[in-house]
Amino acid sequence: MNAITQRRRREAITAALLLAFLIALPLPIHDVYTRNLFIITLLFAGLAQSWNILGGLCGQISLGHSLYFGIGAYVSTLLFVGPHISPWLGMCAAFGTAGLLALLVGWPCFRLSGHYYAIATVVVQEIGYLLFLNWDWVGAASGVYIPFRGESWLGLQFRTAKLPYFYLTLAFATLTWLIAWWIEGSRLGYTFRAVKDDAIAARSLGVRIFPSKMAAAFISGGLTGMGGAIFAQYVGYIDPDSILSGPLSILIALPAVLGGVGTLWGPLLGAAVLIPLRELSSTFLGGSGSGVDLMLYGALIMVVALLRPQGLVSLFPRAKTEAAR
Amino acid sequence: MSLDAMLQVAASGLLMGLIYALVAAGLSLIFGLMDVVNFAHGELMMIAMYAVFSLWQASGLDPFILLPLVAALLFGLGMAIYRLLIARALAVRFNKGMVQIFATFGLAIFIRGLAQMIFGGEFRSITGTWLGGRTWNLAGIYLPLPQLAASLVCLLAFAGLLLIGRTEFGRALEATREDREAVALIGIDRDRIFALGWGLGAATVGVAGVMLAGFYYVSPNVGANFALIAYVTVALGGFGSLLGALGAGLLIGEVEAITAQLLEPSLKQVGMFAIYLAVLMFRPRGLFGKI
Repeated sequence: MNAITQRRRREAITAALLLAFLIALPLPIHDVYTRNLFIITLLFAGLAQSWNILGGLCGQISLGHSLYFGIGAYVSTLLFVGPHISPWLGMCAAFGTAGLLALLVGWPCFRLSGHYYAIATVVVQEIGYLLFLNWDWVGAASGVYIPFRGESWLGLQFRTAKLPYFYLTLAFATLTWLIAWWIEGSRLGYTFRAVKDDAIAARSLGVRIFPSKMAAAFISGGLTGMGGAIFAQYVGYIDPDSILSGPLSILIALPAVLGGVGTLWGPLLGAAVLIPLRELSSTFLGGSGSGVDLMLYGALIMVVALLRPQGLVSLFPRAKTEAAR
Repeated sequence: MSLDAMLQVAASGLLMGLIYALVAAGLSLIFGLMDVVNFAHGELMMIAMYAVFSLWQASGLDPFILLPLVAALLFGLGMAIYRLLIARALAVRFNKGMVQIFATFGLAIFIRGLAQMIFGGEFRSITGTWLGGRTWNLAGIYLPLPQLAASLVCLLAFAGLLLIGRTEFGRALEATREDREAVALIGIDRDRIFALGWGLGAATVGVAGVMLAGFYYVSPNVGANFALIAYVTVALGGFGSLLGALGAGLLIGEVEAITAQLLEPSLKQVGMFAIYLAVLMFRPRGLFGKI
């Protein structure tokens, strides 16, 4: 058994153990606030992993991922509110729509490199934001309320229970992890790494750069859209500022960056540190609009970026060798 | 639309475009020098606006008189940011590009929080200045004097930047931009040039902020929107090109004014973003960028 198979087996076993732990985690905790914290953390773990597929594995730093999140949320919400279509189908539709949109965005933007690409993704997202903000049919600035149609798994609506949403977001985070894990070991993963490390050398060896980027964009954008659909059903209300904004784009990318870009565990670890810290500081320090929570959040980003450029995973020696690979 | 109305739209686009151009010039200067996009650029402008607001409140002096003081303040701040943050970000060995993006982004959030703490979230504005509320009627076209003054100062600042380019320091800047390894061989202290470059970039956006404060509200989030326009302007003009920033700023200002006129004012930025994307299709490195 060679080193790579061994490593991948170890990763899968670690993930299975972690999953078992997470399944049991909320059972003894009945506090609604804590359970909500877990749900948001898992959602962002999944979103950051989705971002990581394009930004980390394939090296295309998108700063406009809230576009896909927002589109996914709008698609599933409008399908639920209008023709009563179950959010499970809504999630699939969100994946497809957001994935196709990511292809549409990628087609012109992947010709740009470096900062030009990053800024173009911000601009495309900002156009989407402005259009939705002014589009009356989708509620414009006042957004869309999701009516409560009775407790059911089919409609993914629960009056007070948080546990179902916990397992839903856990499933989402697991799905994104599995897809990233599968990509890492597949042919696709090798082409992504080649594109990321040296696009010119990769092209000279016959790697088709553009289709590789498009594949990464489709998977990454689609999964992000799926996360948007889950978020909408959980919160019950969407508007452009909460689901399609610039700060959200950064928040989707940030856990992956802080945890370790391009690594399997980085997005998870980054979300587990960043999201609770952010939620707790805004609950306990930000209530009066004092700005202390923002200062703490900003300082944390600067410190981690400077002290741990490989991300928090580099604190774990074994993961470190894998991150540096 | 009558000819007068068209000229009025063109004039207001021109006035705003010059401000955009100057905000973008500072960003472009720093990028050209060391390949760093400063994601806290809008926050530097916000600091300049709050600085002039506080000084005006404390002393009652006109923003015009306070302009050199605030510009000097921003110069020092820019150098401090380089020494404390950017120099460290440039020294990391892994994920360089990502570290630079997120270190300056973290700084932006930190500054926004600081402004929120000190000044609160309310919109504030400077009133009762020499030029405030006065307009100049130029053959039927109304030019608000604060904006006219701001765009003249922007033009002067551009001229100043071009003049600096011809001094010994400017040549050292240019040499460092061309080959940052080789300049050490001829005795140029790269670190010092970078720090001065940051000071100059911050002072540039500081000038824009002071002039903007004469007719625009101040709030902790005011920088974010201007920063986005500045990134678009710089990418449209081509990173590192000063004249590119000027040309692109004017174009963006005009497109914004025309879009606001033809569509709704709330959609005014869609036009400039669309133009930007369209241009990048044909010129992936901007209008004046090096291919």
